[in-house]
Amino acid sequence: MSAVVSGLEASSQSPTWHAATRLLHNRSFLIGAGLVLAIALMALFADALAPFDPLRNSFRTRLLAPDGRYWFGTDHFGRDILSRVIFGARISLTIGILTALLTGIAGTLIGATAGFFRPLDNPVMRLMDALMAFPAILLAIAVAAVLGASVTNVIIALAIATTPHTARIVRASVLVVREQEFVLAARALGASETRLLFRHVLPNALGPLIVRLTYVFATAILAEAALSFIGVGPPPPAPSFGSIIAQGRDFIAEAPWITIFPGLAIIISVLGLNLLGDGLRDVLDPRMRT
Amino acid sequence: MTRPILEIKGLTTTLANSKATVLEDVSFSLQPGEVLGVVGESGSGKSMLALSVMGLLPKVIRRTAGYIILNGEDLTGSPPEHWREKRGRDLAMIFQEPMTALNPVMRVGDQVAEVLRRRGVPAEKARQETINLFMQVEIPSPEQRVRAYPHELSGGMRQRVMIAIALAADPKVLIADEPTTALDVTVQAQILDLLRKLQRERGLSLLFITHDLGVIAEIADRVLVLYAGRVAELASVRKIFDSPQHPYTRALLASIPQTKGPRGRLVTIEGAVPSVGTMPKGCRYAPRCTFRRDICEQEPPRLGIVGPSQAAACLQPFGFEQPQEEALA
Repeated sequence: MSAVVSGLEASSQSPTWHAATRLLHNRSFLIGAGLVLAIALMALFADALAPFDPLRNSFRTRLLAPDGRYWFGTDHFGRDILSRVIFGARISLTIGILTALLTGIAGTLIGATAGFFRPLDNPVMRLMDALMAFPAILLAIAVAAVLGASVTNVIIALAIATTPHTARIVRASVLVVREQEFVLAARALGASETRLLFRHVLPNALGPLIVRLTYVFATAILAEAALSFIGVGPPPPAPSFGSIIAQGRDFIAEAPWITIFPGLAIIISVLGLNLLGDGLRDVLDPRMRT
Repeated sequence: MTRPILEIKGLTTTLANSKATVLEDVSFSLQPGEVLGVVGESGSGKSMLALSVMGLLPKVIRRTAGYIILNGEDLTGSPPEHWREKRGRDLAMIFQEPMTALNPVMRVGDQVAEVLRRRGVPAEKARQETINLFMQVEIPSPEQRVRAYPHELSGGMRQRVMIAIALAADPKVLIADEPTTALDVTVQAQILDLLRKLQRERGLSLLFITHDLGVIAEIADRVLVLYAGRVAELASVRKIFDSPQHPYTRALLASIPQTKGPRGRLVTIEGAVPSVGTMPKGCRYAPRCTFRRDICEQEPPRLGIVGPSQAAACLQPFGFEQPQEEALA
């Protein structure tokens, strides 16, 4: 502890700002952020970037190998794969973001309740355990099959499948924070339980959740591909990474480019998100702080 | 004497599972504007006493007997919600560790304003009042400091923020649980001076918990000596230092290192505070007491008046005629 009583230069930099500076020195975060940003920009400006209409069929351009005109080749309907991948990023990223957002909200509410209000801990978490006993992808398939194939339903299915684990992570970090002295101090000043939870405990417990959500984002992109592949994903003709691969399945011997390029797009997005998550974890995880 | 602002009668707290007592039959009162020092070693129940008064005992510890009367109102039977109403209005507490007792992701000014807002002060006024409070606790350039986060402040500054937060509640009773223990000695003195100044200016009723008799001498009007969860002695600060009646109080005083006179080994009290659940049947201090007699181990001594404004729980208090030097030798 410093014996200096008054360092007069009152720089007002929040903990968030400190974390941000550390992030900018973290290589895996930078690479991950770069990759994710590239994919995100691609999705955002798909209309300007895509050389062709991703939905336009043409018999004359069926199953063309990649060349100067069709960089990624064409599929069995003569649609440009590059354009489909660019537009596919839109659906895939939307699914990833919304799934992460939904599971983040649901997981926080469930996990915080269980971790903060002791009597609810057991019933709530045992229910989550039961859900976790199902393999996530199986659960997603079941939900998507019941609700029907649409982008919204895929998001709902994936959010349900990823929420138990998220809730467990939030609960764990709430359990740690709630025992800290500043929570007792706030209680000693008459803060109500809900106020304690939302003002004092949760803001200090969100680090692990942010990291978790980057993984949920990546998992959702992969899971969407898996769901599309078995036919319960977003319905055709709208392209998503998964649905392009699924449609290329029958032509994998003659026209492997249909599957290879969306596959690469998945690899890049997931790799980017995982690197981003690793970087965030290194910076936000208290155990790794020095 | 006026009506005490805080009165504790026969307070007993017990571990929920083992029935072992943490505090036993603790009684004292706090007058308006008075500073009552609570001294004791680690494990003597000082902090549990503070938490009992705040109604914040951990779940594993229960109050099994006794009354806590705040400003004439018995709080012992009141529901948790009512007790919460008292906290941050009539009761406030300063914690030992300024490092951990502030929310790390909230600006310190907001943490003060939060308490003001709870008392119904409008936002704009709360901002002004926060800067005011920062000036009162002598934080330099308060306008900038209100926007600081705890990690940007030194330990002494953080403790000043803690004090400002407590003052924001404008409490009838302020409990300070070892507020200077975690600080450097020079900062300790500053914080102590500040607390004493604020106490006088505002006429605060202060329950000051510490294990440091030097600090007690500085700030307290009366002293409560706790040993293993029981009151050993309760007397004015002058009596405690001039004519301590309980052997434990004497031993505590004797173990303060002296700067005058020949240097020798530090005086210590043999043995350790018995742990909860292994309390001796009679006087809890008997196993370590050099004046022990057989009856001391039979039954616990009651707190009895041993002189003007002095009470001790000992079967054979020293009495006043005995010169202090003799007993200390």
